[in-house]
This record gives sequence, C-alpha cells and structure tokens, in this order.
Amino acid sequence: MSLVNLHQVHKYYGDNHVLKGIDLDIKAGEVVSIIGKSGSGKSTLLRCINGLEQYQEGGITVDGKEVTTEDIQVRRLALSVGMIFQNFNLFPHMTVGENVMLAPTIVLKKSKAEAETTARAMLEKVGLAEKFDSFPEKLSGGQQQRVAIARALAMSPKVLLCDEITSALDPELVGEVLKVLEQLAKEGITLVLVTHEMNFARDVGSRVVFMHQGKVWEQGDPKTILSNPQTDELKQFMGAVL
Amino acid sequence: MLYFSDLLQYSDVFLSGLKTTVELTVLTTILGVVLGTVCATVRQYGNRASQRVVSVYVELIRNTPFIVQLFFIFFGLPAIGVMLSPWEASMIALTINLGAYSTEIIRAGLASISKGQIEAAKVLGLNFRQTLTRVIFIPAFEKIYPALTSQCIIVMLGSAVISQISVQDLTYAANLVQSRNFRAFESYFVTALMYLGLSILLRFAFNALGKRLFAYRTSN
Repeated sequence: MSLVNLHQVHKYYGDNHVLKGIDLDIKAGEVVSIIGKSGSGKSTLLRCINGLEQYQEGGITVDGKEVTTEDIQVRRLALSVGMIFQNFNLFPHMTVGENVMLAPTIVLKKSKAEAETTARAMLEKVGLAEKFDSFPEKLSGGQQQRVAIARALAMSPKVLLCDEITSALDPELVGEVLKVLEQLAKEGITLVLVTHEMNFARDVGSRVVFMHQGKVWEQGDPKTILSNPQTDELKQFMGAVL
Repeated sequence: MLYFSDLLQYSDVFLSGLKTTVELTVLTTILGVVLGTVCATVRQYGNRASQRVVSVYVELIRNTPFIVQLFFIFFGLPAIGVMLSPWEASMIALTINLGAYSTEIIRAGLASISKGQIEAAKVLGLNFRQTLTRVIFIPAFEKIYPALTSQCIIVMLGSAVISQISVQDLTYAANLVQSRNFRAFESYFVTALMYLGLSILLRFAFNALGKRLFAYRTSN
C-alpha cells in the first residue's frame, strides 16, 4: 500500500516547466533520498507533496487523500505530513517547549499537560530534553534543527519531508541531525529527504531518486544506484558531489 | 519677574486638562494601534480590493493636516447629520490619524516576517488567524516597536490641537489660565513640562509592555 503517490505531476512557474511528469510511489517505512543538481525540481517536488506549491497537472495523494493547496486541505494534510526546512523556521518568540507544544495544543486541541508530556518525550528523542525552556536563538544550528524535528514529530506525522535540512549547518553539526534521522528511520517512520548527504542516502536510505531537468531520471536501491549509475547525468552528478 | 505662584489657584484647571489629555491618549493609543494592526494585516495579506481601500484611507490621512481632519469631523460632518461632541470628534480624529500612520509602521513589521515562518505554521496545521496571532504578530511588533512608540507620542503631542474645538485638555487649560492672569510664560512653561512628563511616561509604559511582550530577547 503506497503512502505517497505522485502520478504524472506537472508544475509550471509561468513559462518555466519545473516538474515534467513525475511518477513516484512511496511506501510506508521507506526512506527516500531525492538527489540532483539545484534547479532540478527536488524541493518543488517536496513542496508539492504537502500542498505548499500548487501543481497544474497530474495527481498527488498522501495516505489515499488528494493533495491540493486549498487551505483546509493543507491543514488536514499537515496532520499526516510533517516538514522540516533548511532554515529551521523555529518561532523565535517561543521557548523550545512552546514551539513543540504549539500545534498539538491549538490544532489537535490537546490539553496543555498532554502536549507538554508529548513535547518532552519528543525533545528527549532528539536529545534536547534539557533545552525545554530555552529560546531558539540560544541554540546552535544543529540543536535548532533537532528541535524542528521534535516539533514535527509532536504531530505524529505518517511521513516526514526534509528539505535540505543539513545544508545550512556548519559541517561539524551535520552529524547530530543525521543521527536523529537515522534513529527515526530505524523506528520505521517514512522519510522523504531532499539531500546532498550521499553517505546518509547510501547507508540509511532505502531508495535514491535522482532528479534531472524536472524528471525522475534514475532511481533504485541506494547501494546499487550510487556505485553503479546507469545514466550519464547521474555519473556526472556523482562525479561532482564526491 | 516671573510669578509661577500665580498659577497655583488654577491647579484644578491644569489637573482637569491633564486628565482629559491622558484619558484621550490612553483610549486613542489603544484604538489607533488596533485599527492600524487590522489595516496593516489587510494591506499585507488581504485581497486586492481591500488592499486598495486601506491604501486610500492611509494616503488620505497621511497627506492632509490633522487640524483639517479634526475640523472636518467636528464642523463638517454635522452637514450630513452626524453631530459629535468635541470630545467624541477628537477621539475619532486622533484614532483615525494614529490608525493611518501605524498601519504603515506595522505593515513594515509584517513584511519583515520571513515566508518560512508562515510556511512552518502552515505545515503544522495552523490556520491563518492562528498563524497571525501566534506566530507573526509578536516578532513583527518587536521589529517596529520603537517606531510605533514614537508615533503614539507624536499623536499624543498633536492632540494639543483639539483645544481648538474647545475640548478642555491640557492646552485648553494653558490658554484659559494665561488669558485670565496674563502669565503666558509661566502657564505655557508649566504646560510644556507636563507634556514632557507625559511623553516620558508614555515611553516608560511602552518600554515596560515591550519588556513583557518581547521577553525572549533578554531572557536566558
């Protein structure tokens, strides 16, 4: 049973044809890494999956429900699709705990006590239980990103979308975020990541999707595809990133 | 020679004028900022037609003298059947005036909030109203708080003009007293000091409120 399904998705920015007929099927528990050059449409694809971007043709379903940008749909979708951004986007005026508790209390209408229990558990999971009362600006980039992960997890999403979530981090902070992701993957959460971390894609991912010029150019098992790319474009890309 | 003691017998007049100015300032500051917040939100996030309406209001007020706005409301509106007391006309004129200026200031604050913040709220499932009140407003106000404070003080000082339609405010008191005892220097000097004191107090109040609202900037 597929959790996320894209069928012939086309997306245009004016005359710019960004996604040219994407077919993709993601099953529960998969860890899918989307790789490719900048401008290949990776992030746009991700943003279409949770309704942040509108697509013009084709269809996307998540957990059997169709994705549109209609506000109510986006909100209902938010319950099953979590998203983490490159720039963390924590709310600066709320403590770490308040950031994590916000959506469970006002969207899921959980009691404060219940939301706090969840929030503490999620922060524990990302190794930041002691930062509950700190404000985001006092944390390192890696810590902020881990809080963002906890905030997404607090809504118990079925699938977690990660949009280059280590790209804004100093190199020495990347590891701590990837470790959290690896842990989540082990627990069986479905992950779709746009990433440049080839080692992570190879060691943790269950599938690599290589995008080129708005199309899924090549995809398959990470170990096979990354060590033995079939298309020239992927060979070239691998040459550039390694 | 200066005779400040000649003002003492009029202390009641000054105090009652001061009271009127303070009351109007508190009321119009609150109403004006609320009006500005609503208009700024419409101008930043509303549909094109409502944006246009707000733009017309803002430009109309920002490009005409306050005293003309006040006279129009007080002397002009009765012609179409709207009779207002001097106090009511002043309250409305001051609120509308502050509303227009604060719209532009607050809109700058809203514009400073990154798209990422709004998207983060959206993917967490917050609706637009929740995003505004929980995610956008506080950081937006923090950015423009000094400018907003100054504007509120400017409007408070500008309220001296309402003495012209015989609202018995602080300036009215000063005019009255100096016309009775001809101690213009003393009367206006003391009045100026009172306005200065009010400005300082207002700034104080804003700072205290800001410390509470934007606690995240200073704490741990």
